[in-house]
Amino acid sequence: MLESILMLWGAIPVDLQTLLIIVAKILIIVAPLLGSVAYITLAERKVIAYMQVRIGPNRVGPRGLLQPIADGLKLLLKEIILPTSANPYLFIIAPVLAIGPALAAWSVVPFDDGMVLSDMDAGLLYILAMTSVGVYGIIIAGWASNSKYAFLGALRSAAQVVSYEIAMGFALVGVLLAGGSLNLQEIVNAQQGSLLHWFWIPLLPLFAIYLFSGLAETNRTPFDVVEGESEIVAGFHVEYSGMTFAVFSLAEYANIILICMLCALMFCGGWLSPFQGIPVLEGFFEFVPGIVWLLAKTSFFIFLFLWFRATFPRYRYDQVMRLGWKVFIPITIVWLLVVGAAVVFEIPPWFD
Amino acid sequence: MGIEEFLFFVFAAILVFAALMVVTIRNPVFAVLFLVLAFFTSAGLWLMLEAEFLAITLVLVYVGAVMVLFMFVVMMLDINLAPLKEGFIRYLPVGVLVGVIIAVEIVLVVGAKNFGLDKVVDPVGHEAGYSNTKELGRVLYTEYVYPFEIASVILLVAIIAAISLTLRKGRQTKYVKPEQQVFVRKEDRLRIVKMDAVKKQSAAEEE
Repeated sequence: MLESILMLWGAIPVDLQTLLIIVAKILIIVAPLLGSVAYITLAERKVIAYMQVRIGPNRVGPRGLLQPIADGLKLLLKEIILPTSANPYLFIIAPVLAIGPALAAWSVVPFDDGMVLSDMDAGLLYILAMTSVGVYGIIIAGWASNSKYAFLGALRSAAQVVSYEIAMGFALVGVLLAGGSLNLQEIVNAQQGSLLHWFWIPLLPLFAIYLFSGLAETNRTPFDVVEGESEIVAGFHVEYSGMTFAVFSLAEYANIILICMLCALMFCGGWLSPFQGIPVLEGFFEFVPGIVWLLAKTSFFIFLFLWFRATFPRYRYDQVMRLGWKVFIPITIVWLLVVGAAVVFEIPPWFD
Repeated sequence: MGIEEFLFFVFAAILVFAALMVVTIRNPVFAVLFLVLAFFTSAGLWLMLEAEFLAITLVLVYVGAVMVLFMFVVMMLDINLAPLKEGFIRYLPVGVLVGVIIAVEIVLVVGAKNFGLDKVVDPVGHEAGYSNTKELGRVLYTEYVYPFEIASVILLVAIIAAISLTLRKGRQTKYVKPEQQVFVRKEDRLRIVKMDAVKKQSAAEEE
């Protein structure tokens, strides 16, 4: 049986073999990603519910565990309504433009040493480019819907994403300075040593700015003026229903996971064990594979995102803009100088 | 035909089609979107030339920022296209003349005489460890450091000029200064009034 399969595999031309392997790898990344997106929606509702002394969804399945499946089914079976005098092509293509870049960015994310789809040299730049392209889905959705609320949401989104991208880009420049590479694997490997060797200490302001800009880029509270329910109903996706709406939220949550994983990779040692360099514990936790540490760190950041949502009220729009341009960008520029000096003078233990 | 050639022709065809659509399509929003498509496909062509830094920067800067602002402006305009399209025949001779002059100039400069196949060496594929990003950075910050710095200063001047042109003093806005907003105290805004408890007369009578 196994031999015949191997025979069959050998009969395929080599080019096609590589193609098939790549497609299989993509599936291995995307399928768990979409699964975790579904369950993050449940986690979000549960976490916020417990923070507000409620129980949250608990009817579908044991302790509400099947709730995402019920939600998905419901959205799948709902009618997709095309608003009158909406632009039909753009209205349908907008969710695709939102989810495409959100998934494409995952191709350069390493999950463990060597466990990556595309070991690209300019990985960091690629991620920045992909996350910035995602805004087209939102803008086009807002324009094509032929609705004032959706349009206002799209305009806010365009301004907000372009503003926070600059701060985010500068934070990434700091990481690239510290890690000496644009390749995410090399950045993680530059943090070898111990918990204190990770970049979160020398890059602490950039770390905070990256995290908060990530909140703004993914339109989460306290920067969710794009969706601001009390002001513009639901923002850019107010006219969307059924599967088209679901695709938008898929893209949003995929982006949240991406930002959280990047925080873990760039500032918190990625797949490196937090017990590295500690005599007894390091040996004790030797058996844990790196991907578990990476996912644990990512989950912590995702929890932070949910926690912020339950805690902070929404910023006013001018405050959002002020924070981005007048606070975050100057801080990043100053801290880039600090990091540059630290790298030049080879300050231990990070840059020696 | 190898896979590389095939990809090149696919990208080239999409690029030419998108570029044509940018200038011919009626709806300006679609024109911007086709321009985005054109940028994307040219980024793909650059990737095939192993210029991954330039390709990704094209997507990052032009697609991710410049075109978003373009979209922003175009969406806000409610352009009535009919007056814009008036006088097509009247301006046609001038337009054709300018177009022909530009085409001739381009052919003269980048034609086969200067950039023919015999003038330019075939590009050689680099080995696996080659980093285009690193090479570009090295050249930019050593050999061309002065032109690079001068260009950035010119850009800075342009930014300052653009901002100062749009900055108007004394306009009517409801903008609150954040530094004053932060230091506001409870006494400035809130007045607590002590009142004696009053029994409701009518309710007492009914009982």
